[in-house]
Amino acid sequence: MGGATMDCTTIDVAAVERKGLSRPGSSKTLPRIAQIKLVSQHPEVYEPCDDSFALVDALLADRANLLLHQPTLCLEIGSGSGYVITSLAIMLGSETPTAHFFATDINPHAVETTRKTLEAHGVHAEIIVSDIASGLQKRLKGMMDVVVVNPPYVPTPEEEVGQEGITASWAGGENGRRVIDRILPIADELLSEKGWLYMVTLTENNPSEICQLMREKGYGSRIIVQRSTEEERLHVIKFWREKGDEGKEGSKFGGSGVGSWLSQLPLLSFLRNNGSSN
Amino acid sequence: MRLLTHNMLASNIKGVTSGYPLRIEAHQSAAKEADFNADFLRNVFPKIDWPALVSAAKTLGYGDLPEEAEPSMLESDEFLRRFHHALLEVHVEEGALVCPETGRRFPVNKGIPNMLLHEDEV
Repeated sequence: MGGATMDCTTIDVAAVERKGLSRPGSSKTLPRIAQIKLVSQHPEVYEPCDDSFALVDALLADRANLLLHQPTLCLEIGSGSGYVITSLAIMLGSETPTAHFFATDINPHAVETTRKTLEAHGVHAEIIVSDIASGLQKRLKGMMDVVVVNPPYVPTPEEEVGQEGITASWAGGENGRRVIDRILPIADELLSEKGWLYMVTLTENNPSEICQLMREKGYGSRIIVQRSTEEERLHVIKFWREKGDEGKEGSKFGGSGVGSWLSQLPLLSFLRNNGSSN
Repeated sequence: MRLLTHNMLASNIKGVTSGYPLRIEAHQSAAKEADFNADFLRNVFPKIDWPALVSAAKTLGYGDLPEEAEPSMLESDEFLRRFHHALLEVHVEEGALVCPETGRRFPVNKGIPNMLLHEDEV
């Protein structure tokens, strides 16, 4: 957290947006995201930092696909300050007016902070104090078209996991995987057939193993943003169900081409599976 | 908390089979205007548990929803307006959501439901 950013995909646009600056002549074409000066704060709530920025940058980088995706329900698990869900709501809002947003956090202060940040930007999400998605899981099974999560990924002693307050925003237990490994099956349950998951991971979390775990559940994956700071190496990974496979190829095959694309799936997934076993 | 949120919440206490819908105990409710979006309503309609919405709206004093609804009604502007109001404009500000099987109360404070479970409920 903190430190110099050395390896960024979309830093220019996002950095300009975060500061609320506008580029001469181009401000209208830039997709908007949450402004840091309007993000609410609380001593027990994690402030937007490099990992939050990486996640928003990943969503921005994938925004064209998200617009084609036409999500109805979107969820952020662990919304903290509200910076990410607010940014998602802003960047999709005007062009996908049928999208609706949910946000959860285990920390009641965080949920309250999320609410203030959303309100300060004039956007809305349904907010719930919840452990990952407790209370939502049953009814929203298979309904979420987009799930985003910046999990508590920092490797810590096991006893720090699940503590109250701000600790819950980063304490990840062994290899930082304690909470991530609980989130993955829940995300799988929540995601719709066309659903996409965006998740921040740290190199210490062993992202390739996470991708392998998700592959066993039938998901393809792709790194959208990689970023190194002085302290950590972050990846934002996108997951999608291989069956529909609109994630990776959405920009190419979105819209009217989907029908013929689906008919080629058995062959393509066969090829892909063969390719990945090496 | 909008009734859309209520419609998506269920009690997940260990041993509870359905836990749905949660009964609303509203100590304070409010009506807040929301942007009307017919396309959103049509998209979200299949995901809504209609009887749960009707009963929640009644609890909060809004009785204008038909007891039963089917997709063809989404052509009617009047139906959409009522659906919109119940789903997005009626809010529970203070109160609780009560598990229909155990009576466990999930508090709603400042319009935010708290679905966290105690250790012995997980």
